[in-house]
Amino acid sequence: MKRIKSLDDLKKLSKNAKNKFDLREKANDPDKVVQIKVAMATCGIASGAKETMDFLIEELDRQSIKAIVTQTGCMGYCYAEPTIEVTMPNNDPIVFGYVDTKKAKEIVEKYIKKNELVDGILPVNYETIDKQ
Amino acid sequence: MAKYKMHILCCGGTGCRASKSDEILENFKKIILEKNLDDEVQVIQTGCFGFCEKGPIVKILPDNTFYTEVTPEDALEIVEEHVIKGRKVKRLLYMDPDKKEHISDSKHMNFYKKQIRIALRNCGFINPENIEEYIARDGYMAIGKCLTEMTPEQVIAEIKLSGLRGRGGGGFPTGLKWEFASKYHDDQKYVVCNADEGDPGAFMDRSILEGDPHSVLEAMAICGYSIGANKGLIYIRAEYPLAIERLKIAIKQAKEYGLLGDNIFGTDFSFDITLRLGAGAFVCGEETALIHSMEGQRGEPTPKPPFPAESGFMKKPTNVNNVETFANIPVIINKGANWFNKIGTEKSKGTKVFALAGKINNVGLIEVPMGTTLREVIYEIGGGIKSGKEFKAVQTGGPSGGCLTKDFLDTPIDYDNLVAAGSMMGSGGMIVMDEDDCMVSIAKFYMEFIVEESCGKCVPCRLGTKRLYEILEKITRGNGTMEDLDLLKNLSKTVKATSLCGLGQTAPNPILSTLNNFYDEYVAHVRDKKCPAGQCRHLLKFEIDPEKCVGCTVCARNCPVNAITGTVKQPHTIDQEICIKCGACFQKCKFGAISKK
Repeated sequence: MKRIKSLDDLKKLSKNAKNKFDLREKANDPDKVVQIKVAMATCGIASGAKETMDFLIEELDRQSIKAIVTQTGCMGYCYAEPTIEVTMPNNDPIVFGYVDTKKAKEIVEKYIKKNELVDGILPVNYETIDKQ
Repeated sequence: MAKYKMHILCCGGTGCRASKSDEILENFKKIILEKNLDDEVQVIQTGCFGFCEKGPIVKILPDNTFYTEVTPEDALEIVEEHVIKGRKVKRLLYMDPDKKEHISDSKHMNFYKKQIRIALRNCGFINPENIEEYIARDGYMAIGKCLTEMTPEQVIAEIKLSGLRGRGGGGFPTGLKWEFASKYHDDQKYVVCNADEGDPGAFMDRSILEGDPHSVLEAMAICGYSIGANKGLIYIRAEYPLAIERLKIAIKQAKEYGLLGDNIFGTDFSFDITLRLGAGAFVCGEETALIHSMEGQRGEPTPKPPFPAESGFMKKPTNVNNVETFANIPVIINKGANWFNKIGTEKSKGTKVFALAGKINNVGLIEVPMGTTLREVIYEIGGGIKSGKEFKAVQTGGPSGGCLTKDFLDTPIDYDNLVAAGSMMGSGGMIVMDEDDCMVSIAKFYMEFIVEESCGKCVPCRLGTKRLYEILEKITRGNGTMEDLDLLKNLSKTVKATSLCGLGQTAPNPILSTLNNFYDEYVAHVRDKKCPAGQCRHLLKFEIDPEKCVGCTVCARNCPVNAITGTVKQPHTIDQEICIKCGACFQKCKFGAISKK
């Protein structure tokens, strides 16, 4: 880890970090790397997001599916916690709601392995400032 | 293995299901099967799209076609035309109300532009415990820009130009606040972040700190640079352990990367941030009380002036801003004030985060441009009222705000309109109420909260709110008189006019606004001894219908005070003198013979 001593340092790091981010999103190996974000704010954790995340990590590992499971903040869908966002290679991210371990298993078996959608998708209904 | 080329998404939200979306789903499944398309097309039920006003919604992937107001009979046409022949069914596409054109791709619909995420831009997108993800999203670029390209005066001018106003509730222009703080010179100055989110039902500050802590740290450093402070303090309630944990991680990482600490970006600007934990008192959201609490004193307010800008933490010049206000700052610097001030209304710029709660389908955290109407928030983003009930009121601004009725549904939400309507923005809690909510009880609930949270320093707030609560209690017990209603109004005005700080000055707002908008409901409690919503227990009357009662004795056996008498196989009666209105008989009766009025 290096200290940032100037704005140029930050710009360099930002570029690198962006590449890494892209790598994670658009994956090197488009057939294999799946990216999953679990909404882990207090509300998500209270509804069992931690169990869901642990389960996903273990299950994907057990089945040797290459995936990156990360935590993130509140997605805003408080009525449908725990929520996860799954990004399959070369696909738009899809948000699933009410993901307990049973639902998580279904998502792994159907969506991640067979590209079949499962019931309970939450439509994204906001814009981020990047698109503006 | 089936490899699907197309997906048909049917909305399974409560609103759409009420208009037969289940049948639509079944029809699609049946038709797809009949036409042997089940290897290529998958039919899926989704959660609420939020666009319930135009429901039921059907969306086709991958081309993102968005069909509105679909009927079960339309399924066949959609399959034959769209799925098989690739021609969109025009009459079911969404019609743009302004341009009078059909829009097929939902991404181009105004509805999706109703929510714009500025303060929440990274929430639910980055890993809050990894600084590099924040940096990848242009994190710390704004402080870099300020330190290398702008003078402190220019930063303040930019914030002033943006029109950003305090998101904690007061709505004071942020740039002006910074300018005041920059005018006072001392050997030590402070930047304080107010994370003492105390309104019942509000959780946007917690979500920002949990989801994107670095944006607040960066903004505090920018503020420090522009007012000439090198120390930052975050006052956060101890009830937010996860937010505290993530802030600690964020501060540690920022220091390791040299983005906080001495000589940031090799300049002579240094900035350090520490946390101060509060025990969670509502009054500590008031800036002078907050400062006293941080100093180790009692969390009690003091009269202003002197303002914290002149004499704040440790009697030094201090600038206090709320979490959400800070979260907007880096975007304003990066994208420019002129980008920001194009969003919103004339006097309220940018967006506001609301915590939607209560009797609403999509409880959640939303961020909309200022000027969005309550109808859009409740019926389009929030998905309407639960169980198809009637909308009655929405409470905004927490214990300092008021209730808005359906007359205000089309009022654009901004600071000034809400005040004019008798409520206020507050921190952005929005509690939606339906026909089953009793407005007198709501006022009583908030008053109970205020009585507990009043710090007790000034008489009007300490005694006045207690008396207000007692009058409300008397009314809900059915002992109120018409004189009580006048007294309630007069005392409310007195407390409002004479209290020391914002807590007392706004505390009677829930009473005044419900008195204004729901006077009939108060009168019903006082004169008719009835609670129209059926919420006030003491005003309920349980009666047994002798026609329906078969004399099974279940009610009598379940009554905890033996108020029900009667012989087996004969109609029973309730002695109203003994009855404590617990409702046990009402729940147990299998014959619907007991009425609750």
